[in-house]
Amino acid sequence: MSYLLFQISFACYLLATAAYFYFFFKQDSLLRRIARGGFFVAAGLHTIYILVRYFEAGHTPITSIHETVSFFAWSIACCYLSFRWRYTVKNFGTFASLMVFILMLIASLASREIVPLPPNLQSWLLPVHASISIVGDAFLALAAIGGGMYLLQERELKQKRFGFLFSRLPSLEALDKLNNHCISIGFPLMTLGMVTGYIWARQIWGGQDWHWDSKIVWSMITWLLYAGLMHQRFVMGWRGRRASLMTIVAFCAVLLTFWFLLVGGHK
Amino acid sequence: MRSDTIVLLGVNHKKTPLAVREKLALTGGYEEPLERLRQIKGLNGYFLLSTCNRVEILFTCQQPEAMRIEVLDLLFAGKVTREEVRDSIYSYENEEAVQHLFMVSSSLDSMIVGESQILGQLKEAFRHASEQKTSCQVINKLLHKSFSVAKRVRTETQIGASAVSISYAAVELGRKIFGDLRGKRVMLVGAGEMAELAAEHLVGQGAADMIVANRTLERAMKLADRFNGRAVGLDELVEQLVNVDIIISSTGASDLILFKKEVSGAMRKRRGQPLFFIDIAVPRDLDPEINKLDNVFLYDIDDLNNVVEMNREQRDKEAVKARRIVEEESLKFNRWIDSQELTPTIKELRQTVDAICRTELARTLPRLNGISKKEQKSIERMASAIAGKILHNPMQYLKTDHPCVDQGERIAQVRSLFKLHEENCTLSQKSQTRDDE
Repeated sequence: MSYLLFQISFACYLLATAAYFYFFFKQDSLLRRIARGGFFVAAGLHTIYILVRYFEAGHTPITSIHETVSFFAWSIACCYLSFRWRYTVKNFGTFASLMVFILMLIASLASREIVPLPPNLQSWLLPVHASISIVGDAFLALAAIGGGMYLLQERELKQKRFGFLFSRLPSLEALDKLNNHCISIGFPLMTLGMVTGYIWARQIWGGQDWHWDSKIVWSMITWLLYAGLMHQRFVMGWRGRRASLMTIVAFCAVLLTFWFLLVGGHK
Repeated sequence: MRSDTIVLLGVNHKKTPLAVREKLALTGGYEEPLERLRQIKGLNGYFLLSTCNRVEILFTCQQPEAMRIEVLDLLFAGKVTREEVRDSIYSYENEEAVQHLFMVSSSLDSMIVGESQILGQLKEAFRHASEQKTSCQVINKLLHKSFSVAKRVRTETQIGASAVSISYAAVELGRKIFGDLRGKRVMLVGAGEMAELAAEHLVGQGAADMIVANRTLERAMKLADRFNGRAVGLDELVEQLVNVDIIISSTGASDLILFKKEVSGAMRKRRGQPLFFIDIAVPRDLDPEINKLDNVFLYDIDDLNNVVEMNREQRDKEAVKARRIVEEESLKFNRWIDSQELTPTIKELRQTVDAICRTELARTLPRLNGISKKEQKSIERMASAIAGKILHNPMQYLKTDHPCVDQGERIAQVRSLFKLHEENCTLSQKSQTRDDE
C-alpha cells in the first residue's frame, strides 16, 4: 500500500518535472497548468504516503535514508507550494520540481525497509528535532535554487546577451526577494532544530562528555555560514550576486551535513 | 479646369542631418510662419508641422512647381542656401503626399517607430492652422483622416506596444532588474528626444520621481516641469546617484562624465540597491567599467539595440500590418479626393438624373395603352429634355468660375444638394442597377 503510494507520487513528480521543463522551452500555458496540477497531486500523495508510513512504522518516518530523503523532498515541495500561494516567481517551479524529483529518485533507490527504532532515538524530540531541521533545510534549498537562478540571470544581464534564459528567468528583484524570504524563514528553523538537538543530546548523554562527530561540526559550520549571511544581508546590506553565491556555498554545507547524517547515522 | 494639387514638402531624420534640420526647424512657433505664408497668393490652404525630427509643409495649390519654390524661399531664405534646401528636402504630390502624411501620423516614419508623441504634435500643429484659418476643406479632411488612421493603426496592431525603441528596451531591461518599475526614481542627464522618450516610457510604466540634470539649469527646469520633476545641475550628478534607481544619460559631452569610482562610492551609500544606467549618448557619457560593479547595470545604445533585435520578427509583422492599413486608408482618401473633382461630379450628376428618368419612364410607359413607337420615343425625349434643363444651371454653376465661392466649395455644395456622397462615386454602378430594378 505505502509502496504503491510512493511510486505514484514519484511518477506524478516525474510528470510535473517533465511538464515544467517542456513549459520552460515552449512557454505554453497549458503545459504549465498540467505541471502545476501534477506537482500538487504528487505532493498530496506524498503527504498521505508519509502518514501511512508513520502508522506502519509506529514512529515518525525520518530515520532511514529513504525516509529522510523522501521527507526532505516532501518538505521542499510543501515549502514551494506554501509561498507559491503568496507570490509567484517566474519559472521557479521548473527548478524546484527538478530538485524534488532528484531527491525522490535517491529515496527510491535507497532501501525502503522499516527498521525498528533504536532505544536511544525513542523520544518525543525525534519528530520535533528532525522535522524542524529538515523543513528549515528545505527553505534553504529553495533559497539556493533562487540563488542559482539569480546568478544565471545576472550573467545574462551583465554580458548583455539576452538569449534563451533572459526572457525565461524572473527579474533579479523577484529572486532577491525570494532569497530574503527563504533565508529569513529557513535560518530560524535551522537554529531551532539545533537547539532541540542540543536539548535532546543533553537528555541522552546526561552529564557525559560531548561527542564531537563530523555531523555536529558540519552543522555548526553551516549555522555559522548562514548566520554570517544573515548578518551581511540585514546589517551590511549585502544583496544580489554576493548573497546568492553565499547562499549556494552555505547550502553545500547543508548537503554535507546531511551526507554525514545519512552515512554516520544518529548516535 | 483641374482641381488643386496636394503638395507635401519636408525634411526628416532619415535623409537630412541634424545640422541642417536644426536650421530649418520653425523654432519660433507656428503663428509667424503661417501668417507669412498668407502673402503667397496661389495657396488655397496650408499647414505646417515642425518637431525635432522633422519639418513638414503641406499645401494645396494650382501650380505646384511655382508654389514649391515660393514657399521654400519664403520659409527658409536666409537660413540655408537654395542648394542645400533642394538637396535635403523631399517633395510629394497627391497620392504620395497623402500616404506620407498617414505614415507620419501613425508613427511609421518616426525615428522610434510606434511612439505616440507625433500624433500629439500633429494635432497641436493642426490646431494652429485651423485657428489661423489657413487650412482648406481638403487639408481639413486630410488631417482628420490622418488622426483616425493613426488611431486605427494603434488599435489594430501592436506597433505601439512593442515599439521599435530604445524606450522599449529600457523598460524591458528595467523590468528584469527591478521586477516592477512602480515607484522607481529616474534621473535624466542631458536632454534629447530619445532620452526624453525613454524617460516618458518609464514614467508611463509607473516610475515615480523624475530628476533632470543638465548643464544649463534653465533647460533642466523646463524638462522637469514637463515630467513634474526636479531640476539639478550637472555638478550634483554624483550626489544624486543615492536618490535614484534609473539613470538615462544623453549629454553632448565629448568625454565621460561618470566613472566607476564615483558609482562605487554611491553604491556603498545605497547599501547595494541596484542601479540601472542607460547611456544613449554618442560618444558615450558613462565609463563602461561601471558595469563591472555589483548590482550596477550599464547599457549603451548598442546594447539596447540588441534587446530590440530580440523581438524584431514580431515587430516586423506589426509594421507590415500597419503599412497595409496606411495604404488602404490612402486609397480610400484618394477615392474621396477624386470624387471631389469636377468631371466625376458632373458625370455622377448626369447618371443620377438619368437613373431617375429611366425609373419614372419604366413606371409610366407600360400604363399608356396603344401608343406608337414614335410617341413613346418623344415621351422619352421630353423626359430627358426636362432633366437636361433642370441640370443646366447647376452644371453651369460648377463649371464657370465664381467670384466668391471657389471650385472645391461649389463641388461640395452641388454634391450635398443632389446627395452625391462619397460612397456614391464608387458604388454608382451598384446604385444604378438598384434603380433599374
